[in-house]
Order: sequence, then C-alpha cells, then structure tokens
Amino acid sequence: MIGTDLRRIIKAGITNFWRTGTVSLSSIFIFTTTLYFLGSLIFLQALLDYTLTQIKDRVDVNTYFTTSTDESQILSIKKRLEELPEVSSVKYTSRDESLEQFKKRHENDYLTLQALDELGDNPLGASLNIKAKDPSQYEAIVRFLQSDSLGAQSSGIIDKINYNQNKSVIDRLSSIIDGSRKIGFALAFALAILSVLISFNTIRLVIYISREEIGIMQLVGANDSYVRGPFIVGGILYGVFSAIFALILFVPTTIWVGKTTTNFFGGINIFDYYLSNFFEIFFILILSGALLGAISSVLAVRKYLK
Amino acid sequence: MIYFDKVSKIYKDQSVALEDVTITISPGEFVSIVGHSGAGKTTLLKMLMVEEKPTSGKVFFESIDVQTLRGKEIPSYRRRIGVVFQDFKLLPNKTAYENVAFAMEAAGRSDEEIASDVPHALELVDLGMKRWNFPRELSGGERQRVAIARSIINQPDILIADEPTGNLDPINTQEIIQILKKINDLGTTVILTTHNKGVIDSLGKRVVTMENGRISRDDEKGRYVM
Repeated sequence: MIGTDLRRIIKAGITNFWRTGTVSLSSIFIFTTTLYFLGSLIFLQALLDYTLTQIKDRVDVNTYFTTSTDESQILSIKKRLEELPEVSSVKYTSRDESLEQFKKRHENDYLTLQALDELGDNPLGASLNIKAKDPSQYEAIVRFLQSDSLGAQSSGIIDKINYNQNKSVIDRLSSIIDGSRKIGFALAFALAILSVLISFNTIRLVIYISREEIGIMQLVGANDSYVRGPFIVGGILYGVFSAIFALILFVPTTIWVGKTTTNFFGGINIFDYYLSNFFEIFFILILSGALLGAISSVLAVRKYLK
Repeated sequence: MIYFDKVSKIYKDQSVALEDVTITISPGEFVSIVGHSGAGKTTLLKMLMVEEKPTSGKVFFESIDVQTLRGKEIPSYRRRIGVVFQDFKLLPNKTAYENVAFAMEAAGRSDEEIASDVPHALELVDLGMKRWNFPRELSGGERQRVAIARSIINQPDILIADEPTGNLDPINTQEIIQILKKINDLGTTVILTTHNKGVIDSLGKRVVTMENGRISRDDEKGRYVM
C-alpha cells in the first residue's frame, strides 16, 4: 500500500514536471543560478584557503647561534623544539651551509665576497629555521627559546632571534588571516541564506500557481501526504536538474578563471581543483539542490493544505 | 440520512449566510436546492463537505456529527461524497482518464481496479473516445461529464452538484441532468443546486427553496417558485 502510494506519487511528480514545462524550466533556471552561486562559494573558499596557507607558509622565525656553538648543542635544541606541539617544522642550517647560501646570494657582489675572503674564517653561525602550525604561536615558541629551561640563552649560544623584527608583520598577518576567515565565512553564510530564500520563493510561486489544484485534490478525498508528495518530487527534480546544469556550467567557467587564478593566487588552478574534487562538489550540489527543492515544497504546500 | 439541525452561519463581519436551517435528506433522494445568489445554498453544501463549520447547530451524515471529524478523518469522509462544481474543478495537467483515476488513487484503490473502473465510468458519461484529452482540449459539457465520472467513481453515498449546469448551453444542460438522474436511479443520493427553472420543472423531484439564509419552501415534487 505504501509502496503503491510512493510509486504513484513519484510518477505524478515526474509527469507534472514534464507537463508544466515552462514553469519547470524557469524554476530550473533560477535554481541553477542559486546552485552556481553556492558552488562558486566552494571555489572561493578553496582559493582563500590555498592563498592563506601559502602566506602562512612564508612566515617563519630564524634563530642564529654564535659561531662557537657546537653542532650537537644546536641539534639537541632542534630536537626539543620539534617536540613542542606548536611547532610544525624545524630546519637546521649548518655554518658551512650558511656560508654557501651567503656566497650564492652575493655571487655578483664582488666587494662583499672579497671582504669575506679577507676574513679567512667563516663568520656565519649555524641557524634553525622554525615554522609554527599557526602564526599566532610564534610568540610562545620564541619565549620557549629565550627561557632558562632551554639553558641556551644563559650559556649565550643564541646570537639572535629575528622574531622581534618580524613581530609586527607576523601579528598583522595573523589578524589578516583571522579576519579573512571570518569575513569569508560570514559572506558565504549570508549569500547562502540569500540564495536559499530566492529558491524558496521560486517554489512558493510554482505552488501558488497550483493552489487551486491542491484544493481540488483535497475535495476529491486525497490525504495531505498524497497531495504534498508530487510537489516534493517536483522540487527534488528542479534541484537535481539544476545541479547538473550548474556542474556543466562550471567547466567553461573554471577553465576560463583557472588561468587567472594560477597567476594571481600563486599556483592553484581552479579547473584542476574542480576536476580533482569533482565528486565532492557533485554530491554537495545535487544534495543541496534536492534538499532545497524538497524543503521549499513542504513549506510552500503547507500554506494551502487546509 | 443527512440531517441539518438548526444550523446557522454568521461571518465575522456579522453577515448571515445561514439562519436556523433544519432539513432532512433521506438516502436515495434527489433534492434540488434553489434560491438567489447569496441565499446560502453553497454554504449549506460546504458544511456537508466540512469546508466550513456552522456557528451554531449541527450537521449529521448518518450517525457522524460532521463537525467532530478530525483532520485525518476528513479525507476518507469526503470520499463518501462525490462533488460536481459549476467550474468543473478538474486538474489541468491530468488527462480525463487521469482525473478520474486520481480519485481512485486517493482512495487507495489498486491498479487493477482503476484500470477496469475508469474506462467504464468514462463510457457511462459518453467520453470513452476522449479519455486521453486534457481538460483544456474538452468543451464545457465534456469537462462537466469528466467531473461527474470522477465524482461517482468511488461509488459515493451522496453526489453533490453545485450549479453543475451554470456554464453550459441548454443541450449540454439536459445531458448533464439526465446523467444525474441516472446516477440517482442507481441509488445514490443527489443534491443539486441550480438557478435553472427549466431543469427544476422538468425533474419533478423534491425542491427546497432558500431565501436570505433560511428555508422558505420545501416541496415534494416541487417547481421553481421564486
């Protein structure tokens, strides 16, 4: 009995969807716009995330050691740093490597190289390059380095930590990253609500057109769920078809935008992102389309079910 | 047996649609209700359909006090009453066949029953050939015949026909009335409201006359007297 009803409801929903062609088409058009919009938010979020990660990756703190420090001492500090939960990576650069890098950096600067040669000895100390998991954690890491617990500062092996000169930049970056996250989320949330409202109104209009039919079905003795069912099926169909159209539309869009994003955002090609995350985006759009259509239908029909 | 017991309907703006109406309709009767527009005919029928509730008084169908029906009980109650309207009230996106079948589907009838009964009902109203046409492709008389086929498909106890011929020409009007008579002959109670004097006079059945929300006459084998 329930199976028969369900079959009839689905059949009636599909038949109605085809027979009210113009109405269905215009609803799909509006739904497609909505879902295209929601999909764009996914891409925007991906771009933002990627860019922020890139920026975060460029922030680090260098600890320079005096030239007389033993390598074993530095390596033990490195080991202890790596044990800290805030630290994402620590890179050791030996004195010789520092010299190599310095020479490479100044290979066209003859005067500097000459001065270096005259010194005879390597004037550069070894260093540790520390990356935190989050820019806000650098302060804690630096405090750890400077603390007595490490025993390094007291014995005078740390020559310099470049945190203080970077501090203001790191702080600003932290707040920018934090701010963009919040703004991005608020924007996405507001736009998502807006598009949901637009879709809801579209469905409401479709059902308003059918309000007399709802009354007739009730007079003929159909119960509420039998009246409501085909409209929900219709709403789901709008959502699914629109999601498919939006997914197709994203192909040329991401190809076109992809070139720009590769240059501007430093590496991420939005088309590649679309392809590698296709199934995820596919499911998100189909599900939100279907859900949007179904919920809008339930709410809209309720008004006319006396 | 239908029984209206001192039924009144007064709207919020104090306009009176029905006032102290008491009337009994026996099973198998053919009753015509006549009266000017606004006399209260349609309000009376809506109460039987549980579309409106009386301000005071009670409406009974057999032993059921209609007002006490709860939301979930109304659909199955309504399936015992067939209704035909002046404006047909067909589902525009369904064919003649599907319109009739819908009433059976709503009643939870099986596919086999639907496949055997619907063509039969459409034949009865002489629309066998046009079963796959949509309402917009049918004439007024044909649409009304689809509506009648739909109203009787679940073998209701009562058939309510609210101005069924209001939009039809004289020939179609006569055809519709003949069909209603046939349905009544098969045992269904028919309640007809109309403005059409010719129809009432040719029927020779019980006529209830309403004026300003009250019953002014109730004649066995009556005529249209206004």
